[in-house]
Amino acid sequence: MSEAPFARRALTVAGIERLGAYSVLRLADPGPEPQPGQFAMLAAVERWGGGADERPFLARAFSVARWQGGESHFLLEDVGPGTRRLCELRPGEQVWALGPLGRGFRAPEHGRRAILVGGGAGIAPLAILQDSLVQPATVLLGFRERRRAQGAALLRDAAMATDDGSVGHHGLVTELLEAEIGRDPAATVYACGPAAMLEGVRAICAASAIPAQLALEAGMACGFGACFGCAVPRRGGGYVRVCVDGPVLDAELLDRVDEHAGAPA
Amino acid sequence: MSVEFCGLRLAHPVINGSGTFDAIAARRAFGAGLLAAFPFAAYVSKTITLEPRAGNPPPRLWETSAGMINSIGLPNKGLQGYLREDLPELAEICAAARRPSAGGAGAGIPLITNLMGSTAAELAQLVEVCDARAEIAALELNVSCPNVATGLDIGADPAVLGEVVAEVRARSAKPLIVKLTPNTADVVLCARAAEHAGADALSLINTLRASALAPDRPAGAADRWLGGGNGGLSGPAVRAVALAQVAAVAEAVAIPVIGMGGVQSAAHARELLDVGARLVAVGTESFRDPAAAARVARGLEQSVAD
Repeated sequence: MSEAPFARRALTVAGIERLGAYSVLRLADPGPEPQPGQFAMLAAVERWGGGADERPFLARAFSVARWQGGESHFLLEDVGPGTRRLCELRPGEQVWALGPLGRGFRAPEHGRRAILVGGGAGIAPLAILQDSLVQPATVLLGFRERRRAQGAALLRDAAMATDDGSVGHHGLVTELLEAEIGRDPAATVYACGPAAMLEGVRAICAASAIPAQLALEAGMACGFGACFGCAVPRRGGGYVRVCVDGPVLDAELLDRVDEHAGAPA
Repeated sequence: MSVEFCGLRLAHPVINGSGTFDAIAARRAFGAGLLAAFPFAAYVSKTITLEPRAGNPPPRLWETSAGMINSIGLPNKGLQGYLREDLPELAEICAAARRPSAGGAGAGIPLITNLMGSTAAELAQLVEVCDARAEIAALELNVSCPNVATGLDIGADPAVLGEVVAEVRARSAKPLIVKLTPNTADVVLCARAAEHAGADALSLINTLRASALAPDRPAGAADRWLGGGNGGLSGPAVRAVALAQVAAVAEAVAIPVIGMGGVQSAAHARELLDVGARLVAVGTESFRDPAAAARVARGLEQSVAD
């Protein structure tokens, strides 16, 4: 995995574009090049604080959605004072960025196709993963409704599911996954999304003995192993830190994926 | 800018607060860049207990106005796991730690090990074992641990604190730092008790006891957000409290004081030094920028040069 420079860096906003319910933030970033699944801690240099409840205070963790042409791309959804401030950034403003951090995805074993399963803003790391794969991947994305489903434009050739049936399959993206596995079980599954979706993916893959790599989210203050805030229970007892042991974890390391949330929004 | 502390010569007065910087994990994240620009003039380990601890169930964090509450629960490998697995690596990191301004010269910083026990006997055992390890330059006692008999934190009661410090003092010739808890009626009485019992230095403040309710709790319910129930508040939100307590303690004792609590800049560190602290620790700000302490130390040096 790529090591991060030892200090947060002030990066300039190259652009920010709406994508349905989301925003794609583009930062001028000379690297180091992130590996698919790695993340960065982001905070606006100016006006970070003073939102709802006089927050935000801590930086926020985001998977790198893409790294190309000297830019890092991140997928944002306004769900709290931190993400709101980041969504309000304009070209030329500066962002503190620490990263790339964490352990990312590993390539599929020889002869297995990759199935990418994403939900909501969790589709972000699957975009850079899709770019990196040599063989075409099967892409399954789930959203609540049509506005969010526009986020699927971040990836190519995606099959979709929505909770309200407005786009694609009316139901859960995990139902699409079951059908795919039924068609051809020689696959490695890569998933990122809400905890309930990840738990569905974990259970389906465990039942079919299919290897799965899950990119988790958890509340974290630092992103580099200092705060021990992002612990999630591991199979057999004890905890792993999502920031340094993950964010991508082998599904078999976990008994189940719970809503550990706690992520400052 | 170099400073003497309990017989140790430090390149500058900025260290880390215990439990706010995992040097082993940081080396995994940042590689050699960490060692080439190590931000602290001495490194304090996270708290070590006799037996391994997994830590508290999540959620462990809550963001507040200008700060955060943590309820981590002191996860650690226990004394034997620390000595076997972590101490050699921490010692190697501390030996290789360099300051960029030193031009590669003068590598190496002291390693301070932070210890916690729920009884005097437990702490005495921890101190005795650590005393035999040459890699450890000094010991810091975390006395924010409930007394098994009273349920009160050991460090909250001056009489109990004095007994515990006297008990462990006899077990080690290494410099002994007592990290005071702010969650007490009068921190000055606790400071004097620790000094009287033989502490070589005091550090403060630890986090302030704090709580947050779950935002999605049922109407009228009082469900806590943190898996551990209550937690400790840190960050700029506590800085003014820290300044008052550090000033009061530094005035009341003759031994050196390590001041901490919400330090984000050289100006904040300067305030703690001006009220009598010998050293300053950076904690929560390192979460926001791992190199924050280096920025603070640089700023202090520049203000001296100006």
